[in-house]
Amino acid sequence: MLSRVANSLYWLNRYIERAENIARIIDVNLNFILDSDISKNEQWEPLVWISGSKEYFFETYSETTKENVINFMLFDKRYPNSILNCLSMARDNAITVREIINIEMWEQINKFYMYVKKISQRKLNIDTIHEFLEEIKINCHIFSGIQESTLSRGESWHFGRLGKMLERADQTSRIIDVKYFHILPSSMSVGSNYDILQWAAILKSASGFEMYTKKYKSVKPDKILEFLILDKEFPRSINFCLHRANYSLHAISSTATDTYVNKAEQSLGALNSELAFSDIGTIVKSGLHEFIDFFQLKLSRVNQDISYKYFDINEYQLLQQ
Amino acid sequence: MKFNNYRTEGFYDEYFIDDSTCRDAVKVVVEKINRMGKGELLNRQKAAEKAFLNLGITFNVYSSGEGREKIFPFDIIPRIITGSEWNNLEKGLKQRIVALNLFINDIYNKKNILKDKVIPEEIILSSNAYRPICKEIRPPRDIWCHITGTDLIRDEKSRFYVLEDNLRCPSGISYVLESRQIAKKAFPQLFETLKIQPVEDYPVHLFNMLNYIFNRRTDSPTICLLTPGVYNSAYFEHSFLARQMGVELVEGRDLIVENNFVFMKTTKGLQKVDVLYRRIDDDFLDPGFFRKDSLLGVPGLIEAYNAGNVALANAPGTGIADDKAIYCYVPAIIKYYLGEDPIIPNVPTHICSDPKELEYVINNIENLVVKTVDGAGGYGMLIGPKSTKKQQKEFIEKLRVNPRKYIAQPTISLSRVPIINKKNFEGRHVDLRPYIIYGEDITVIPGGLTRVAFKKNSLVVNSSQGGGSKDTWVISDNPEEKKYAE
Repeated sequence: MLSRVANSLYWLNRYIERAENIARIIDVNLNFILDSDISKNEQWEPLVWISGSKEYFFETYSETTKENVINFMLFDKRYPNSILNCLSMARDNAITVREIINIEMWEQINKFYMYVKKISQRKLNIDTIHEFLEEIKINCHIFSGIQESTLSRGESWHFGRLGKMLERADQTSRIIDVKYFHILPSSMSVGSNYDILQWAAILKSASGFEMYTKKYKSVKPDKILEFLILDKEFPRSINFCLHRANYSLHAISSTATDTYVNKAEQSLGALNSELAFSDIGTIVKSGLHEFIDFFQLKLSRVNQDISYKYFDINEYQLLQQ
Repeated sequence: MKFNNYRTEGFYDEYFIDDSTCRDAVKVVVEKINRMGKGELLNRQKAAEKAFLNLGITFNVYSSGEGREKIFPFDIIPRIITGSEWNNLEKGLKQRIVALNLFINDIYNKKNILKDKVIPEEIILSSNAYRPICKEIRPPRDIWCHITGTDLIRDEKSRFYVLEDNLRCPSGISYVLESRQIAKKAFPQLFETLKIQPVEDYPVHLFNMLNYIFNRRTDSPTICLLTPGVYNSAYFEHSFLARQMGVELVEGRDLIVENNFVFMKTTKGLQKVDVLYRRIDDDFLDPGFFRKDSLLGVPGLIEAYNAGNVALANAPGTGIADDKAIYCYVPAIIKYYLGEDPIIPNVPTHICSDPKELEYVINNIENLVVKTVDGAGGYGMLIGPKSTKKQQKEFIEKLRVNPRKYIAQPTISLSRVPIINKKNFEGRHVDLRPYIIYGEDITVIPGGLTRVAFKKNSLVVNSSQGGGSKDTWVISDNPEEKKYAE
């Protein structure tokens, strides 16, 4: 497969997954607020912090009102990860691999992008925001569904899944991190009803509420974290995502998953093992926010190693082969 | 929706002899459409437009303010050509392409046609499309112009003419194939009733030809389609054809030449490439030989080609045969190589490099269409009857400065075909671009791309200038035949 094509399939999947998760992050915040009596603007500030594009935000908006933050995350052209930008990037990548993916995948991305673009040109209607976020999630699911049910399990699919799983692992960690920035009101304490409600909202944003309650019955913060970070079966848990990503990365080079033949496989394998053999007590003790920070750093190194090995093949490297 | 109020307005109309009498060939189609409710037909038109949009069948316009992609306008009323008309066109197109191929081979090798003074050597040497680098090159199997899209027009007396030969990288075939899919959905019963010649096997012919032109013995040469990239106006088509043939779509940056062999960069290292269907103009193909600033091409590609290690379709240098000054000599070229008269005539053309002709053109500019010899896409031309005195004056200046750059032709009243305009049928001017593949055999796809000037009274059909398309049906002369046979 052409390196350029592999790169496009990888990013196409990353951007679709990212769009879905931005919708989830807005959704978790909306849920927090429904249960809270804190001044409203404060509630939306954390999303601007975790966006990593705080400067852009304050160039355009003076206050972190609900409308401003949602508009920023959905449609702002200057925020690189706004849903509209993600879909535009996904579509740009899809255009360059239109002959590799099948026509239904392309049509779905194209329709999806045009739909969101159309909505972005209207005035934001905050009352229907839930439906719109739902629509975004469903459209991402349709894309995944078409890909899953029509693409041969060859290199194309593996590069796609690699991108999708790494992005999802990253985004699940960000959804968890939203909680860190939501300081509990002074009247409430850790373990209070309000605290529990927030954790449940996080679980719901990751579509994990039903799966979780089946396994653990009652809502406990530690268990929720264990479920979202370490669970072996839940498809949005970080551990699950890394495991599948690792499998695809090794399938590309036809290497057994318990060994490695390149830097990318080494760094992803190491990170995967680290999580697979960890327990939630240790993670919480060392600091959840610190754990997530560190995890995201390592994940971005994995991404770099993959790029270097498969996408940015320079001529020197080629002649060595 | 009925044709009752349709007006031919004195033009040659391919559907109607006069306002109330339709031609025999289109009778079945007209009756079918007359029976359809207005809403039904408009719904099908709308569904077709939506299908084009969702499929992303778009083209890029370099100067458009609305972002880079535009939807190609499509009208569902088919353009119809009868079997006997088509047979003659097909013969004429094959004749023309055989002669042009011999001509190109001759120009770059023995130059007999120049020695015999059938064409002045000066015309060849002064052409922008002439490539001295191709001298003494014999491409695999002596085929130069593998893919051609010849533009035909029809005048007020229903005669077909060749307007232009496009032998470089003609585009538009993807619209033909997609239009057919959409037309089948719009008029399924007509496809059952009429014998409409299929076009869907184009990618198979193209693929077979690309396989055929690789000289070396190998069971399956690696074929790639070389595109300038997503910003090219025909990118959709490049991707479409690559997908249809199951070949890799590559950009210049995906390729590298080592020891005169071409390789593509893959996730498994370098892989050798044997045949390139290149959709990049000569100028940009190899920065080592042509334009030094080209980032689209592949350094070393021409040397690999000269060494016979990679086949290129079309061969570099074929552009010489679609220089519009050479066009005037095509009837002579056919006579010279084949000893035949052209089956499809040329539009009478004035070569401005001839001083007498130039004076004629300047004196009659208000009645002529003046074009640059190497232009395409309807850019840089003057349509005399539709231009202002000021524009004419400016053009005369240009003609005097560089007459070799221009030719002029009489304004031909192009034939018309009905389109749906809002809720009525109205006539619009059309042309026709059939596609010819030159491999082991010569194949002409029945029909081709019908381009429509959607603006009322406009004669410019180019997509970049407000043109759109229709599906083209080549049907049996007697459309009743199949109905009764069943």
